[in-house]
Amino acid sequence: MTPMIDIRNLSVTFTGRGKAVRAVDDVSLSVAPGEVVALLGESGSGKSVTLRSLLRLHPKNRSRMEGTIRVDGEDVLALSPRALADYRGRKVSMIFQDPGLAMDPVYTVGRQIVETIRRHESVSTAEAEARALALFKKVSIPAPERRLAAYPSSMSGGMRQRAMIALALACNPKVLLADEPTTALDATVQIQILLLLRDLQRELGLSVIFVTHDIGVAVEVADRVAVMYAGRIVEEGKVADVVRTPRHPYTRGLLAARVEHAVPGSRLETIPGAPPDLAELPAGCAFRERCVVAEPRCAAERPAFVQRSPTRGDACLLTG
Amino acid sequence: MVSLSPALPAVPTVVARSPGYWSGVFTRLSRDKLAMAALAILVLIVLMAILAPYLAPADPAKATMLRRLKPIGTPGYPLGGDELGRDMLSRLIYGSRLSLIMGVTPVPVAFVIGTILGVTAGYAGGFLNTVIMRTADVFFAFPSVLLAVALSGALGAGLLNAMVALTIVFIPPVTRIAEAVTTQVRSLDYVEAARTSGAGAAKIIRIHVLPNVLGPVFVYATSLISVSMILAAGLSFLGLGVRPPEAEWGLMLNTLRTAIYTQPMVAALPGIMIFITSISFNTLSDGLRSAMDVKA
Amino acid sequence: MTGPLSPASTRNAESVWPPEVWRAPKKTVLDPRDRGGPAQPLLSVTGLVKHFKVGGSPFGEGTVVRAVDGVDFDLIKGETLGIVGESGCGKSTTARLLMQLMPPDAGRLVFDGEELGGALSLTEYRRQVQMVFQDSYASLNPRLTIEDSIAFGPQVHGLPARQAIARAHDLLDRVGLEPARFAGRFPHELSGGQRQRINIARALAMNPRLVILDEAVSALDKSVEAQVLNLLMDLKQEFNLTYIFISHDLNVVRFMVDRVLVMYLGKVAELGGRDAVFNQPAHPYTAALLASMPSMDPDHRVERPPLTGDPPNPINPPPGCRFHPRCAVAEAVCSVKEPEMAATGTDRAGARHAAACLMRAAGSGHSRAPAVAVPA
Repeated sequence: MTPMIDIRNLSVTFTGRGKAVRAVDDVSLSVAPGEVVALLGESGSGKSVTLRSLLRLHPKNRSRMEGTIRVDGEDVLALSPRALADYRGRKVSMIFQDPGLAMDPVYTVGRQIVETIRRHESVSTAEAEARALALFKKVSIPAPERRLAAYPSSMSGGMRQRAMIALALACNPKVLLADEPTTALDATVQIQILLLLRDLQRELGLSVIFVTHDIGVAVEVADRVAVMYAGRIVEEGKVADVVRTPRHPYTRGLLAARVEHAVPGSRLETIPGAPPDLAELPAGCAFRERCVVAEPRCAAERPAFVQRSPTRGDACLLTG
Repeated sequence: MVSLSPALPAVPTVVARSPGYWSGVFTRLSRDKLAMAALAILVLIVLMAILAPYLAPADPAKATMLRRLKPIGTPGYPLGGDELGRDMLSRLIYGSRLSLIMGVTPVPVAFVIGTILGVTAGYAGGFLNTVIMRTADVFFAFPSVLLAVALSGALGAGLLNAMVALTIVFIPPVTRIAEAVTTQVRSLDYVEAARTSGAGAAKIIRIHVLPNVLGPVFVYATSLISVSMILAAGLSFLGLGVRPPEAEWGLMLNTLRTAIYTQPMVAALPGIMIFITSISFNTLSDGLRSAMDVKA
Repeated sequence: MTGPLSPASTRNAESVWPPEVWRAPKKTVLDPRDRGGPAQPLLSVTGLVKHFKVGGSPFGEGTVVRAVDGVDFDLIKGETLGIVGESGCGKSTTARLLMQLMPPDAGRLVFDGEELGGALSLTEYRRQVQMVFQDSYASLNPRLTIEDSIAFGPQVHGLPARQAIARAHDLLDRVGLEPARFAGRFPHELSGGQRQRINIARALAMNPRLVILDEAVSALDKSVEAQVLNLLMDLKQEFNLTYIFISHDLNVVRFMVDRVLVMYLGKVAELGGRDAVFNQPAHPYTAALLASMPSMDPDHRVERPPLTGDPPNPINPPPGCRFHPRCAVAEAVCSVKEPEMAATGTDRAGARHAAACLMRAAGSGHSRAPAVAVPA
């Protein structure tokens, strides 16, 4: 099956004030139609930058993108500005951690959905309004007629996140990109949004890339997970496989450090140190200095990502 | 009291020290070519003011009716003569003294008073805040030029009174900025943390609030110097500042205004000096602002 | 002095301490500051209330946010008490009230037998109670070096500068940061985890008996969070501390605490020993909160959301039980009668388990209420 999303050797370098920082380094990832892939990583791992590359959201004059991104056969990096505007929202749309920032505070939520539909499709306002109402029902917003006329600021966090999902789905995209959409929410609301996304994804057959720092969230929503560290994918596989038998020492450390299954009051296993500064990455494996099993060769050679089986791969010299 | 353990190891001798915030600001500022050029010009102007007796080729007060309104380039009068035949070059050099004193002094004075008022209002909040800020708002209601003219008119003409008037004009904006920054800093967790250590208001303000408030207020104050220079010249121009026959750029602009059709270049010279000084202060202030605009 | 700060330690936070050596705090350590013995609560909170007015002018009526609306609990010496709940439940306001960063509208705080404002002065109280905030960056003065930040508190209390700096270096060492490398640095040069270690050191510099950790690890990356949790457990032993651990992350709370207090809309919903609350939650809200945690098992994902809707706004709390509009087992009586804390038993460690739910109160009128009250 041809993948819906095919990222090949993507690198993103930011060249702002001071040093150039390579935030994403040689990342390849493909997502099948109807598949959910979680991009898991800590702050600065490059997970959000990778996601934003799919919509080319990086500032043009301060960033450089290399590699290829194909979405539904289209070469995203080659799109003209006009084609890009059409592609954003219609083929691929995105939901963010803070819906308050992603929606315009001076228009009602309903108006924003109607505008979005009419920007991409030539339909009448009445038809677009009917679709907006259907979308609100679909994302289970109670009293949808009333809520369509509400401003984003007057909605609660969970309701705003539902409204943003409705907005993202307005033009029937094939791909949904989610950037930590539940991180700012309370636990009881987070699980509602996760389940809603899961149901919508199944019903609409969406391909989803879900960026999160929380393994628990990844397990709830994803089919596959790609773990990122210092701008690269270090391990990738089916969620159950990665969670049960992690291969890369970073994934192993991350899972071992979790408090969920630790005996209360016992000592947690930890990964020593802190994530490296992307501007001053060490030679060799970026995880080497925090790795408990590192060998001298890890300093000499930077491990490439190796597909060990059809469904499993990692970037570690010691797991082969 | 809880005993704080007595036998502690001596302070380790070698502690890696990071350069402080201000040294970082000055390093960045020194890389800003435009700001450095402005600074160089200002240094020259200040030197000119200090060394005026040595630099001026002639007595700035000596009038010679024969040499009235000589054009620029007249032998012996490199920048021409004014309406009373005084040497323009010497008068411009001497003029920098009063112009700088009158234009610059009100700003640091207003900076000190305004910061004290603003930090007090911002930290205390409540009633004191209302009193200070509403009073400042009353002054804010008038355009600064109008206020300066009205105040020095009320105080009477003269150098000191003009400076007092300008100081009063600049206190409310400085107060407002200081209050805004203080209110913001006060709500930060590190100030709360300092409160939990039992420190008093004076100590918290001195160590935790002021160092974080002074920077932005200082930048704002430096940007006021250019405005102050122009207002000071304006007051003198209107006869509310320095009186003839003193040399001061604003006053010179006034007395030469009749010569605008006969010797426009000569008449424009004081204005050019005011312009250069003012824009240099402004450029330096901009440079300082961007040098301080880092997360630190 | 045999106090917790002796100069010998060079242990670093990353060093391994075999888990079998470590035991849950059953302390017999004699603290010279202890007054009433282990049975006397370290902190006794009664009737704590804080309402905020919003939107009102000095003349007009605004709306009232009932952020904390009558909270009582006792803090046992040497324990870690977790406070959990959703946004708007009042847990952070409670922390700030306990820290006296804002004046409560009502309520008594009794610290080791002495009432705050009575026998105990605020200055003396603040020396014994310290707090670590969530935002590691905002809680450090950007213009002060690390050593100056840590040394500030002791200096306020009269320790000479040189000794205060030496103490700061000692504490840096205790929290796993090499003094020679970090003492002279500024906060923006450090990572989030390092900054939070410094905030912990700063709190400990006052030699407190109680440390309030308000979402202290929530902003940290997971790999760093585990390090800081280990550090907190070590320091608790070493410095003979009692913790109030506030977090929205139930997994972390379960790991860290001895007892849990669940808050809902400014009130205590449930209070009990960790195992009792996590294994047999007595309040339907606690049960829903626990069921909302991601399962971590790809074969047994959560299938239905345990609660619908968002946490309500504390501006207009519903009458009766505040949880009844979201409660699956609510009955008519729940919207009328406000539940009191009712005992549901004691756990093995002897901790009382109680919940503010009509199902637990004998004779409340709820069909599932017990016939006879459980003895407290």
